[in-house]
Amino acid sequence: MKITLNNRPEKFELNEMTVDKMLKIKKFSFKMRIVKINGVLIKKEQYSSSVIREGDNVQMLYLMSGG
Amino acid sequence: MNFSNISDHLSRFCVGIGGAGGLGSNCAVSLARSGVGHLVITDFDIVSETNLNRQYFFGNQVGMVKVDALKYNLNGINPSIKVTVYNKRLVPSLIKEVYDSCDILVEAFDEASEKQMFIETALEAWPGRPLIVGSGIAGFGNNNELKQRDLGENLYVCGDETREVSEENPPMAPRVGIVANMQANLVVDLLMNMNRAQGKIGTGYEKK
Repeated sequence: MKITLNNRPEKFELNEMTVDKMLKIKKFSFKMRIVKINGVLIKKEQYSSSVIREGDNVQMLYLMSGG
Repeated sequence: MNFSNISDHLSRFCVGIGGAGGLGSNCAVSLARSGVGHLVITDFDIVSETNLNRQYFFGNQVGMVKVDALKYNLNGINPSIKVTVYNKRLVPSLIKEVYDSCDILVEAFDEASEKQMFIETALEAWPGRPLIVGSGIAGFGNNNELKQRDLGENLYVCGDETREVSEENPPMAPRVGIVANMQANLVVDLLMNMNRAQGKIGTGYEKK
């Protein structure tokens, strides 16, 4: 499937996947992040149940310590 | 528009800042100087010696409650603004209570886990209300990596989104100050495009 991830087109083998699955596939390293699918906030408790599908617009913001 | 017109406009608005460390204290100082009418600031910490390398406190304030010291400094810079502070560790219920009437929120925490809690709570409680996050301020140099990104629905991030603090990449005054002021600069820009009469975003702070 094709999705938009942080404003860039991305291709995945799977037809759909949970947020957790995408994080594993992409090997994102930072533990803390904010995820939105089509503008809707996905809280961290929902990463294992929220599904990303064809055409979805996924925004991810990595949170790193320091401030 | 001259400075007095700009600061008159800004005086009608309320900005909430989560955290009074390197990002929060420096952002608050710039907003106070610009004339933002009401600042709401929360932090649970006290001023320590190690804060002085980047945070807007002075040597004789070491040991003071951070938000009390910051309020004193902000009032000294601009006595005409209102500063409301809470010396508490933020949890979701408290975030919803203290920042409810703010027009714009600035996330200015140190710990990534606190950033996440603050942002998730705010996005859920007030969808569409401007929220400005700081992420990636560590080390020194690399001016051109510091930027602002618009994630849509009024969520913005300032910083390099890359470098986390560590022993080799400590937070330092120049980069923390730049990002804090990028956040403040965006606050001013968004407020200048907000009209109190036409469309309130928060439940609204009205100037007395």
